[in-house]
Amino acid sequence: MNPVTPVRTYVIIWLILTIMTFTTYAVAQIDLGQFNIVIALAIAFFKMSLVIWFFMHVRTDNPLTKLFVFAGFFWMAIFLVFTLGDYFSRGWMPLGKFW
Amino acid sequence: MGQQFDSATFGMWVFLLTEIMFFGGMFGAYTVYRSMYPEAFASTSAYMNPLYGALNTAVLIVSSLTMALAVRSAHLDKQKALQIFLLITMFFGLCFLVIKGFEYHEHWVDMKVPLIGGHWNYSEAPQFAHQAQILFIFYFFMTGFHAIHMIVGLGIMTTIFIMARKGRFSPIYYTPVEVSGLYWHFVDIVWIFLFPLLYLIGHTRTIL
Repeated sequence: MNPVTPVRTYVIIWLILTIMTFTTYAVAQIDLGQFNIVIALAIAFFKMSLVIWFFMHVRTDNPLTKLFVFAGFFWMAIFLVFTLGDYFSRGWMPLGKFW
Repeated sequence: MGQQFDSATFGMWVFLLTEIMFFGGMFGAYTVYRSMYPEAFASTSAYMNPLYGALNTAVLIVSSLTMALAVRSAHLDKQKALQIFLLITMFFGLCFLVIKGFEYHEHWVDMKVPLIGGHWNYSEAPQFAHQAQILFIFYFFMTGFHAIHMIVGLGIMTTIFIMARKGRFSPIYYTPVEVSGLYWHFVDIVWIFLFPLLYLIGHTRTIL
């Protein structure tokens, strides 16, 4: 059984999430080149972490669930890194004459 | 009961991780195509209205808050508050779908629906016409699958609401509320990533 989280915590998390939404909207209007996507994804990742940790109660879940959630996202990261690593590194090596 | 609660939560997380893989595949494909055609994606994204996107993000975040409060009410045996928070959550879920419907309608009017037998015209920037179709297909599939998840979520919430009215939940047994809350928050998380990736590219004004 999880302990009860106070309403104040939920409201504060909601406020942060809303502020982050406006921040990401505002930052997207400014041209920062490559950093636009970096900032947008960093904010999205931060928002996701808050939702998982507080709203989804992983904070108070047992260690097995925590480990499992972490492992799931870690596996997702491996999946994305390997896929993108394949696509982005194509063309780095010149093709040999005999291929 | 504590052990039941833990196993149910754990089981729900197993399901949610399969959902992460499901959406992750689409996010991965999106990233690959976006890296292939960055200019076309940025120029096409101008057809997505970021105000709608931001509004919908805010709506979903509020619904997540009310969902968390509903779970809390069930945990504290506040039956009336549980029902009210569930209704508010469903209301915001419906708001989201209505706004999404308006957006889809705008795309239809703009002739930006490149699905089978579609409604498509991209004469404004013919050099990007093919790549623009790719982005719009990603857009409709990703937001469409998200919308289906929202509709399923509304169905789950209706069931939970009916169960709550019958007084099925107590501080000792409120597992269904908690578990469906997890689902609702997960759908919110998917949107948190869809919003910047679909709406917020290509709206920059150079000021630096």
